[in-house]
Amino acid sequence: MKIFVLVKEVPDTYGDRRLNLETGLVDRNASEPVLDEITERALEVALEYADANPGTQVVALSMAPESATPSVRRALAIGAESAVQIVHDDLAGADLGLTAEVLAAAIRRGGADLVITGNVSTDGSGGVIPSMIAEHLGFAQLTALSAVEIGSGSVSGTRASDFGAQPVSAQLPAVISITEAFPEARFPNFKGIMAAKKKPLEVLSLADLGVQADPSAAPRTIMTSVSEKPPRAAGVKITDEGDAGAQLAEFLVQNRLV
Amino acid sequence: MSYPENAILVLVDVTPTGEAASSTAALIGAAAQIGTPVALVVAPAGIAQAAVDAAASAGAVSVLTAEADASALTVPVVDALEAAYNAVQPDAVLVSNSIAGRDVAGRFAARTRAALAVDAVGLSRDEEGVVAHHSVFGGAYRVNSAATYGAPVITVRQGAVDARAEAQPLNVETLAVSPSGMPAALAGEVAIVEKASSRPELRGATRVVSGGRGLGSKEQFVLVEQLADTLSAAVGASRAAVDAGFVPQSHQVGQTGVSVSPQLYVALGISGAIQHRAGMQTSKMIVAINKDPDAPIFDVADFGIVGDVFKVVPQAIEALEARKK
Ligand SMILES: Cc1cc2nc3c(=O)[nH]c(=O)nc-3n(C[C@H](O)[C@H](O)[C@H](O)COP(=O)(O)OP(=O)(O)OC[C@H]3O[C@@H](n4cnc5c(N)ncnc54)[C@H](O)[C@@H]3O)c2cc1C
Ligand SMILES: Nc1ncnc2c1ncn2[C@@H]1O[C@H](COP(=O)(O)O)[C@@H](O)[C@H]1O
Repeated sequence: MKIFVLVKEVPDTYGDRRLNLETGLVDRNASEPVLDEITERALEVALEYADANPGTQVVALSMAPESATPSVRRALAIGAESAVQIVHDDLAGADLGLTAEVLAAAIRRGGADLVITGNVSTDGSGGVIPSMIAEHLGFAQLTALSAVEIGSGSVSGTRASDFGAQPVSAQLPAVISITEAFPEARFPNFKGIMAAKKKPLEVLSLADLGVQADPSAAPRTIMTSVSEKPPRAAGVKITDEGDAGAQLAEFLVQNRLV
Repeated sequence: MSYPENAILVLVDVTPTGEAASSTAALIGAAAQIGTPVALVVAPAGIAQAAVDAAASAGAVSVLTAEADASALTVPVVDALEAAYNAVQPDAVLVSNSIAGRDVAGRFAARTRAALAVDAVGLSRDEEGVVAHHSVFGGAYRVNSAATYGAPVITVRQGAVDARAEAQPLNVETLAVSPSGMPAALAGEVAIVEKASSRPELRGATRVVSGGRGLGSKEQFVLVEQLADTLSAAVGASRAAVDAGFVPQSHQVGQTGVSVSPQLYVALGISGAIQHRAGMQTSKMIVAINKDPDAPIFDVADFGIVGDVFKVVPQAIEALEARKK
C-alpha cells in the first residue's frame, strides 16, 4: 500500500502570526514556521498502519517554498519513508484551486492507494483541499474523521459530521481527512533525525507536474485588500475580595447584558 | 424556466431529518445583499418539503430540488449543484462553511474550475463582481477576495452574517440531474446529537459562556452551564476542556473550533492561549474569571476578575437570579 500524507508548513500558532499588508501573504518571518499540528497527526495515522503492515510506503507531500524544507524533513524524521516537496516561484500566494491542482498532480504522478490529510489547516480555516483533491483524482473522500480503520482494499471510520457522528466507508483509492481528535504524532528521536538526512526528498516544479499557474488557465481567487484591526485593549481588572460575583452581576446589568 | 439575471445560487444544508439547517436564513440573506437568491435543496426522496418551505420563507425567489440518496457522501449533491449551476447561470454560488458544505464546495469548484473563496464573514459587490470579506488570524486582519473572472464559489461562516431577506412566495422546480459516476463514500446513519436543552446554538449566539480546564471535572463543568442558563447564553469551551472530556468537541471555541463574535463572552477558568483568543477576541464584551492574575485572557478582557470560579460564579448567579424575581 502506498499512502500519501499531505503535510503543510504553517506559522506557529503560539507566535505572532502576521500578514504582509502589501502582498497579503503570510509573513513567514513573523513567527517560527512549524509543521501543521493536524497534519502531523495525519502522518501518525499512516505510520501506525505502516508499523502493523510491513511493506507500506508512506510519502509526505507538501507544496511549500524552499524555506520550508526543514519542515518537510521533520516529516521524514517522524517516520515518513520519503517526501515530495513542490517548489515554484509562481506558487507564492497560490489560491485553493491551484494548490489542489498541484497536489493532485503530484499524487497522480506517484500513484497512491490512500491520501491522508488534516481536516483544516491551522493557518486558515479552508478545509476544502481534501475534497478538491478527491475530485481531481476521481477518488471517494471521507472527511472529518475522528476514528479510522484502514483495510487492504478499503477504509472506514467515524465522521464528525455537522449533526453527529456518522459511520462512513469507501473502497481504495480514497482521500481521508482527520480531525485533531487523533493522537499527537510520535516525537522524532535522534535516530529518526539522523535517518531523515538520508531519506529521499524529491523537489518538483510546476513543469515536472505539467500544471499551469498562468492566470488565464483558470479563474483564481485573489486578495483585493488587506487591513489590520487594532489589537484589543484590556479593560478593568479586579481581585475578588468576597464580592466579585455581585460586582460581576452589577457590571452585566449596567451594560445591559442581562 | 428563466432565472434572474443577477441570480445567486445558494446550496441549502439539509439536516438528516430533512429540515433546512440553521445556516439557511443567513446564507440566503447574504445572497440577497449581492443579487437575487435562488436556492437548491438536495435531499432523499420525500423528505425535502420542510427545507423547501424554509428556503422560500428565508427569501429564495425560486427553489430547485433534487433527490439524492443519503447513503452516498457528497457526490450526489455536487452533481445536483452542477445541474443547478448550468440551469441558473448565477453570478456566485454560496455554500455554508459547514463540514458537508465545504466538501461540496471543494469538489464543485475543482470540477468546474471555479474560483473558490472560503469562510467569508460578509459579501458585497463592486463594479467587477462579487467580493468576499474574510476575518483572518482570529480577526486580527480583514481580507477581501474576488475571482479573477467567472462566478466564484464562496463558503460563508456560520453565524457571521446578520442580513436577512424578505420571504418569497413558494416557487419550486424539480431539477433533472445526470449522475457524474464519480466514486463516493458510503455513509451510514448520523447519530444525531440531542440538543442538551433549549440553550442557544454556539454559532451565531449573542451570549456565550465558556469553560476551560480550570473547571476541573465534567461534574464541575455544570457551573458553566448554570451561568449560561442564567444569561440565556450558549455554552463554549477551551480545547483543554474538550480534551479532558468535560464537553463534546462541538463546543470548542478557537482556531480549530468555532469562531464566535457575541455581544458577551464570559471565559471561566480559561488561560486565554492565543489559539483560544483567535476564536473569541472579536466579541463585543469579554468577561474573564481566572485565579491567575497573569493569565493572558486578561489582556483582552473588558472586565477581568482574579478569583476562584467556584466562589465568584455562584455568587453572580445568585445575584442575577435575585434580580429576575
Ligand atoms: C494547532 C493548535 C490549535 C489549537 N486550537 C485551539 C482551539 O481551537 N481552542 C482552544 O481553546 N485551544 C486551542 N489550542 C490549545 C491552546 O493552546 C491551549 O492549550 C488551550 O486553550 C488551553 O485551555 P485552557 O485555557 O482551558 O487550559 P489551561 O491553559 O490549562 O488554563 C486553565 C486556567 O484555569 C485557571 N484556573 C484553574 N482553576 C481555577 C479556578 N478554580 N478558578 C479560576 N480559574 C482557575 C488557571 O489559572 C488557568 O489559567 C490549540 C493548540 C494548538 C497547538
Ligand atoms: N500546501 C499544502 N501542502 C500540503 N498539504 C496541504 C497544503 N494545503 C493544504 N494541505 C492539506 O489539506 C489539509 C486541509 O487544508 P485546508 O483545506 O487548507 O484547510 C491540510 O491539513 C493538509 O493536509
